[in-house]
Amino acid sequence: MDFFRLTAVELEALRLSLWVSAWAVAAGLPFGILTAWVLARLSFPGKSLLDGLVHLPLVLPPVVTGYVLLLILGRNGIIGALLYQYLGVVFAFNWKGAALAAAVMSFPLLVRAVRLSLEGVDRGLEAAARTLGAGPVRVFFTVTLPLVVPGIIAGIILAFARSLGEFGATITFVSNIRGKTQTLPLALYTLTQIPGGETGAMRLCVLSVLISMAALVCSEILARRFAARMKG
Amino acid sequence: MEIRVRRKQGKFLIDAGFEGAESGVTALYGPSGAGKTSIVNMAAGLLRPDAGRIAVNGFCLFDSDRRIDLPPEKRRVGYVFQDGRLLPHLSVRANLTYGMNRIPVLRRFVKLDSVVDLLGIGHLLHRRPANLSGGEKQRVAIGRALLTSPAMLLMDEPLASLDAERKAEVMPFITGLVSEFTLPVLYVTHSMDEILNLAARMVIMGEGKVLASGNIEDLFSRGDLQGHFTRDERGAVISTKMENPKDMFGLSHLSFSGRILKVPHISAGPGTRVRVRIPARHVAIALEAPVGTSFQNIFPGRVLEIQDQGTAFVDVHLDIGCPLWARITRQSCRELNLSPGTPVFALVKTVAVSLGAQAIPEV
Repeated sequence: MDFFRLTAVELEALRLSLWVSAWAVAAGLPFGILTAWVLARLSFPGKSLLDGLVHLPLVLPPVVTGYVLLLILGRNGIIGALLYQYLGVVFAFNWKGAALAAAVMSFPLLVRAVRLSLEGVDRGLEAAARTLGAGPVRVFFTVTLPLVVPGIIAGIILAFARSLGEFGATITFVSNIRGKTQTLPLALYTLTQIPGGETGAMRLCVLSVLISMAALVCSEILARRFAARMKG
Repeated sequence: MEIRVRRKQGKFLIDAGFEGAESGVTALYGPSGAGKTSIVNMAAGLLRPDAGRIAVNGFCLFDSDRRIDLPPEKRRVGYVFQDGRLLPHLSVRANLTYGMNRIPVLRRFVKLDSVVDLLGIGHLLHRRPANLSGGEKQRVAIGRALLTSPAMLLMDEPLASLDAERKAEVMPFITGLVSEFTLPVLYVTHSMDEILNLAARMVIMGEGKVLASGNIEDLFSRGDLQGHFTRDERGAVISTKMENPKDMFGLSHLSFSGRILKVPHISAGPGTRVRVRIPARHVAIALEAPVGTSFQNIFPGRVLEIQDQGTAFVDVHLDIGCPLWARITRQSCRELNLSPGTPVFALVKTVAVSLGAQAIPEV
């Protein structure tokens, strides 16, 4: 059963992919919830501009997004240079850059899911909590946030799946370096470009399907548990 | 409790001012769309008046002149919503303690155990709101508001979403809490039954304005306000004292203005104050003292005024030592030749006496 034995390259790609996607979602989540809240609850001039900006990665060719990231956050980019100079943080050509690219690409999906859920929250419950003595921040954490958990779960799964599949922005921004930025899709692509890589490509293909399915099942279980808790 | 607020909502202007009792229930009565809920929301801090002043027992919650506008969480106002609004992700116990835990222990004058006992919700503590009945939800909502040890309690039609049976289930708890805790309560309703059961004072609202406010008995005796009550609700409210809870025929004797009113047995001790509502449609008029009649309650009096309803009926305002209303046909009115000053006998059907409070606290 040699088919199921992953080569070192493939194993590296798998580990890196999970690592990068986990970071992309973890780092994107707080900002995603904040953005969703701002879009769902506040009205201010320039709101549609923010809305458009958030959704941009969804409609732009990923390569464009990756190139823009390179321009802004590359070692010589406007912000990238400052980050390196003052914090010593470098995004270019390492896993952090890959995570950032994945986070940016999956951000609109995360925001959409949470925002939809937020818009479904009964504002009357928040008002009730206010009259019970809770300030706005406490109301957010003890009422609003628990009630949007289903949306957050959906957002996390969507964003995680999107991060796993991220290709264009990643290869443009951080290139395709084995062990550093070569995630599953990049490894798969590489394997298809070399003679005799078909078996490996097929393995990675099956692996991708399995991971995505596992993520979906997880989200389903979590959603059911949540629904049961609300009823119990 | 002092509420004076002004707020423009589109074309609708709320401009209302009244004083509520510092303890006991003040009913806010009026048709839907009169602005009752808006007033309560302004008192809670959920809606901002354009101008005005809201204060409870000298504690100012809102004052546009002094630029005071406390946020809801600082107002110490308990709010029971019409739709309960229990937090669905928390257990009943967590709902009850959600507000209580925000209050410093020293300021709590309402204890969890006493509220749970009073409202009979001990067996629900571990349940979630989703599988409570409507009546249970409202009881938990009332308990939750009480447990914030509030300076004032706001209740926005807390029984409106319940059927008659559930209403009867929750009503005694509200009566109980009013006598147990000396709190000012602002109670929105358009049910006359609830007002008679609970309230000492009443504010009648219409189209954003206060039409009248004062003691319930006084308001019901005023002829100019009868038009604000629905046809079936028109009538008199009389404050009486229990003289004899049970005579040989099983009737209770209530005294008012030196007269005795006989009603079906009510369980209240001698000397208890009992509020009685006598709807106009259950009072008949005779020119001479009737003999050989089944009417138990016959009171001599005289006509004060006659209000033409523009239908086949007229409402006659009588003075029998206290105000009373009788609805008779226009034809009878003509045939009896009634006019202000005419001496008459008012015939009140024993069974027609609708009882409000079993026993209302001294106010």
